[in-house]
Amino acid sequence: MRLGFNFWLGASLTALVILAGVLAPWIAPFDPVLDADLMSSELPPDATFWFGTDGQGRDVYTRILYGAQISLTVGIVSQVINSVIGITLGMTAGYWGGWWDDLVNGLTNVMLAIPSLIFALAVMAVLGPGLPSLLIALGLTNWSWTCRIARSSTLSLKSQGYVQAAQTLGYGDLRIMFTQILPNMMGPILVMATLGMGSAVLSEAALSFLGLGIQPPFPSWGSMLTDARQLIQLAPWVAIFPGLAIFLSVLGFNLLGDGLRDSLDPHMRTRKP
Amino acid sequence: MTAPLLDIRNLRLGVALGRSVHHPLLKDVTFQIMPGEAYGLVGESGSGKSITSLAVMGLLKKPLAVFGGEILFKGQNLLSLPKREMRRLRGNRIAMIFQEPMTALNPLSTVGRQIAEMFVLHQGKSWGEAEKLAVEALGNVRVPNPDRRAKNYPHQMSGGLRQRVMIAMALACNPDLLIADEPTTALDVTVQAEVLRLIKELCAARGTAVLFISHDLGVIASICQRVGVMYAGCLVEENETRALFENPRHAYTRGLLGALPRLGSRSAHGRQRLVDIDSIIADRSKLTETRFIAPRGAERGQP
Amino acid sequence: MTAPLLQVDDLHVRFPISGGGLFGTGRRMLHAVNGISFELAKGECLSIVGESGCGKSTTALSILGLQEPTEGTIRYRGQPLAGPGAPGRMQRAKAVQMVFQDPYASLNPRQSVRTSLAAPLKLHGVTAASEIEGRIEAMLKNVGLTPEQARRYPHEFSGGQRQRIGIARALILEPEIVVLDEPVSALDVSIRAQIINLLLDLQEKLGLSYIMISHDLSVVEHMSDRVLVMFFGEVVEEGGWRQIFETPTHPYTRRLIAAIPDPDAALNPGAAAFAADAPLPDGRRFVSDGSAAPDVFTPPVPSALTEIAPGHRVRLASTA
Repeated sequence: MRLGFNFWLGASLTALVILAGVLAPWIAPFDPVLDADLMSSELPPDATFWFGTDGQGRDVYTRILYGAQISLTVGIVSQVINSVIGITLGMTAGYWGGWWDDLVNGLTNVMLAIPSLIFALAVMAVLGPGLPSLLIALGLTNWSWTCRIARSSTLSLKSQGYVQAAQTLGYGDLRIMFTQILPNMMGPILVMATLGMGSAVLSEAALSFLGLGIQPPFPSWGSMLTDARQLIQLAPWVAIFPGLAIFLSVLGFNLLGDGLRDSLDPHMRTRKP
Repeated sequence: MTAPLLDIRNLRLGVALGRSVHHPLLKDVTFQIMPGEAYGLVGESGSGKSITSLAVMGLLKKPLAVFGGEILFKGQNLLSLPKREMRRLRGNRIAMIFQEPMTALNPLSTVGRQIAEMFVLHQGKSWGEAEKLAVEALGNVRVPNPDRRAKNYPHQMSGGLRQRVMIAMALACNPDLLIADEPTTALDVTVQAEVLRLIKELCAARGTAVLFISHDLGVIASICQRVGVMYAGCLVEENETRALFENPRHAYTRGLLGALPRLGSRSAHGRQRLVDIDSIIADRSKLTETRFIAPRGAERGQP
Repeated sequence: MTAPLLQVDDLHVRFPISGGGLFGTGRRMLHAVNGISFELAKGECLSIVGESGCGKSTTALSILGLQEPTEGTIRYRGQPLAGPGAPGRMQRAKAVQMVFQDPYASLNPRQSVRTSLAAPLKLHGVTAASEIEGRIEAMLKNVGLTPEQARRYPHEFSGGQRQRIGIARALILEPEIVVLDEPVSALDVSIRAQIINLLLDLQEKLGLSYIMISHDLSVVEHMSDRVLVMFFGEVVEEGGWRQIFETPTHPYTRRLIAAIPDPDAALNPGAAAFAADAPLPDGRRFVSDGSAAPDVFTPPVPSALTEIAPGHRVRLASTA
């Protein structure tokens, strides 16, 4: 399998975010919440505070490292929820067809018609702010594309000889779905999930920016941007660095997703003669 | 002796992998097609038969490239012809029909208009005149109700009718050479028989030469006067059709013929085990070392 | 005479085709299979021939339980195999298996040969690792592969080898009936002979019964004991292979045989003419002459198969 430059750039950026999040407790010079010192607030970047300090004197670099944990958690968990819902509904709808297929299709279309951020806002309004409800809200909003892909993959895989062969060999429906269909559609699903991580990170930032996501003083890149709103002219670094972190991580996920898609594209593979 | 219409000499082509490295797909392929002759190229997948036809049409896409040899059409080397000239020949003097007519037809245009386009493009006819000629061309390929069918879109037709439309388009400008690449493989047997008869009769009536490519020895036998057998990019045997079938000389040809269940042979001789080609050919890599090319006209001298 | 292994009686399959109307008002029924009846004896190869859309594949899918019949019964050793009272997939799996046409699409690209052979065994209660290994090894030998090749994945094999794996998978549960769906038409000419020989050897060695779906009449003549000719959902002629190929009676059967691109027939046109010149039974005419396709959306006019020789039956017109 040949992987292009984009894939490796995306993989490197993603790896950087993962490393930052995982190693934050060891490599961060300060504590993200407790090391607040109003005396040293709004300091520009220097040798001690690499990315400067925010309005409460906390080190922006430290908070960005810890913020990576939240972004990763949100990205991964919400995509796992999305994929599980999308695959389950899409695969069963495609395999069984009939009224169940009509129902799932209707539901998917309704979900696609509602702007996902608005839907997430509504869920957050019901559940209240905080990380768990953020994960649920983002996990419930973006499964429709995964569902569509799972359904159409299932429809095309269903007519493959090996799926029919499994039926004649006595396999049950669920066994066929999990052993014959699912492994063969993981490629596009994985691509969707990786691309979805990028948009989940963005949604988290947006919801936190609106004050519905991660609550202060815990550092999320979105809530850091909220805090930076009043300081943007006095201390632009407080906004620039979280913004850059969001930009680079979303770019990383998207490039990784695109790279995976290219490498999994059957036209890029050569069939052995 | 008349000059050949198509004269392929030592054609070598392959996949260019770098500046000097290449993976050869055709090795010194040489054959001639006389005006009005139906020539068959038979071989299995990967033998190079389809690539040969693409090379003649000038439709090789990268990374495929010609490394040597000549393709002379009426004495003119097609390989050194400018693209514009080549485009003028294609569809006009050399036409092609494919295995799957659906992919070769434009789904958004009526078949009448697509045939008419050939007359407009290559003969400078007006659209009104061209559309009348298109209906006539559909009648010539025995499409029932041609004036009504001309208004149909490709998806409204069966596979057999679509292939007839392709033939009508290909023969619209009375080309000198028709290249048919597995044109009946996707069709049902009775439809295939009709399409084959149509190609045979129309080309014979117009004096159009045919380069017919197929994996099916029976199809080749029913349409071609002369046959070339391809294996691994080489033309391993060439002969008049009857001589090739009755007296195959190359081991691979013998293997191919023996591997085929023949109609009526079970009635006559009982069920005989089919020849396993691998059991009579010990080393496939040596197959291309020997070639049997029978001279033209050799058969005519015999009683 | 022994009881038939498989008995198909008056099989009908109809598909609803959605029309233009809202609320299904425009629904029409496509009559894919119209009252097919036949029997299959132990160790016999029965071929169902016909062109695309004639219903031969739908008939095969019904026998395999992949397509529910609209009417009619399919019995295996006297027990219903489809319709009410039919067994589950598990029991059916041990009775009927299938070899698919396209060796590239019929193997799961993510499963090694061993996995695709071991999984059905485990599913059917073979749990001892040594027995599984032994049966896989024996089966691979049967189809001409080596046990070492079991570790490999489908993309590492050629088309002919894949078809061998497909055959091994169909036989691993030791079924009595194997449905062969165009088993060689997707293969290269030189490979076809090997697979045909293999299928005939296995039939003899294991006492298998084949139902072969095919449009290639040269292969059908070579392999079959009996032949059913289907035309638009109906059997138009049925008989032993000699009867079908030496004295074809229905016009459609003759057309099919005459259309075979056979090199001998092409080079010696006189030899093939027998198909067209076969004598018609006195005073009988044919329902459909094979040139005009009947409307598949309307149920066909009932007509009967008439026996013109022992075991040789042909569909003739009801005297109008």
